[in-house]
Amino acid sequence: MSLTREQLAQRVAQEFRDGYYVNLGIGIPTLAANYIPEGIDVMLQSENGILGMGPFPLDEDVDADLINAGKQTVTLAEGASIFSSADSFAMIRGGHVDLTVLGAFEVDCQGNIASYMIPGKLIKGMGGAMDLVAGADNIIVTMTHASKYGDSKLLSACTLPLTGKGCIKRVLTDLALLDIEDGKFILRERAPGVSVDEIAKLTAGELIIPEYVPEMSV
Amino acid sequence: MAGFNKLVATYAEALAGLEDDMTLVAGGFGLCGSPENLIKEIKRKGTKGLTVISNNCGTDEYGLGILLKDRQIKKMIASYVGENALFEAQLMSGELEVDLTPQGTLAEKMRAGGAGIPAFYTATGYGTLVGEGKEVREFNGRHYILEEALQGDFSIAKAWKADPHGNLIFRKTARNFNPMAITAGKIAVVEVEELVGVGELDPDQIHLPGIYVNRLIVGEFEKNIEQRTVRSAP
Repeated sequence: MSLTREQLAQRVAQEFRDGYYVNLGIGIPTLAANYIPEGIDVMLQSENGILGMGPFPLDEDVDADLINAGKQTVTLAEGASIFSSADSFAMIRGGHVDLTVLGAFEVDCQGNIASYMIPGKLIKGMGGAMDLVAGADNIIVTMTHASKYGDSKLLSACTLPLTGKGCIKRVLTDLALLDIEDGKFILRERAPGVSVDEIAKLTAGELIIPEYVPEMSV
Repeated sequence: MAGFNKLVATYAEALAGLEDDMTLVAGGFGLCGSPENLIKEIKRKGTKGLTVISNNCGTDEYGLGILLKDRQIKKMIASYVGENALFEAQLMSGELEVDLTPQGTLAEKMRAGGAGIPAFYTATGYGTLVGEGKEVREFNGRHYILEEALQGDFSIAKAWKADPHGNLIFRKTARNFNPMAITAGKIAVVEVEELVGVGELDPDQIHLPGIYVNRLIVGEFEKNIEQRTVRSAP
């Protein structure tokens, strides 16, 4: 079975380490905040200017001056700090954020990512995604492995306009966890009940399959 | 003699001299920290042909979005322009020009504009459409593109507290682009919620010194929320 959104979020959260500063993109990455493993302290960065983002507020605590990068009302965690957008991207660009998790339309085996624009369709803009992928060393891309028509999103070369070039090393899909090394995808884990063949069939870019590919624990 | 007193009494006075075809730098992240009354005054004035530099363009009803209805904006330099149907329509029909700029690059372009730095190198956007036509240089084995600073004829911004000298304190994430936007404007106009006397702000706690502020006005704010998200009480 392919992973649900919640399982994807759970698997992402397994990458959190104690003391990590983490930036979580909109969608599935944000859900990972609900699965922070016990005994681990992480601080969430929101690129509009928060380090130490807390959960959504109670109705009576909603504050129009306190939102996240998705423009949702949020709260502050204990020990939080607030800063300008220039400072926020200085910490992102400067490589101070330990882990960045974001979604994408396509990834290829050269580590390129396309996530912000489909030509001919509505152009909304890249927001902070280009800065995040260029600034972070440790990035996990979360996405579905293939489109609903069965077209692979793990390609030999992205077809859509790029968000970043050669910057992705790890991809988590609803079927598998893969690393990108030397121009190839390497299958590291498979979703429970998903076969290696199934993953291989839906991976268009070159795929290395190690002898033993464990099932994810989610 | 006004001395260091930046206070003006009316919004008309605050934006006196803003003319058609000028460039405007605006603070705010979506509707959060948006200089909403200054934007309303621009709508009232009917200034046209504006180039607006701001992270977003508000919504159809609020923020910078209200300037789209009477086609007051000619060009928008922004990182994200979703949530706005009018924007989309004018973009598709070619009435509105858009220069999409990565969010961090946009913040740094404003900061550089206010700090006398004409351009800077950044890895953001290298190898993408953003990098096309821009100078590329390699430092320590990595590719960077040259991005030029931005400045405006005017900047409009919102802060929380100020003293008459224009020393500013922002509140929570309403800070966002506001400090850099202020520094990047030749005439920086700031509206605030609260005014205190000179000497009442702790100098150690001031987020932006008054030297960057030219005009200051106290306003009443609606503070609209784009995505009201709550959790239920346990």
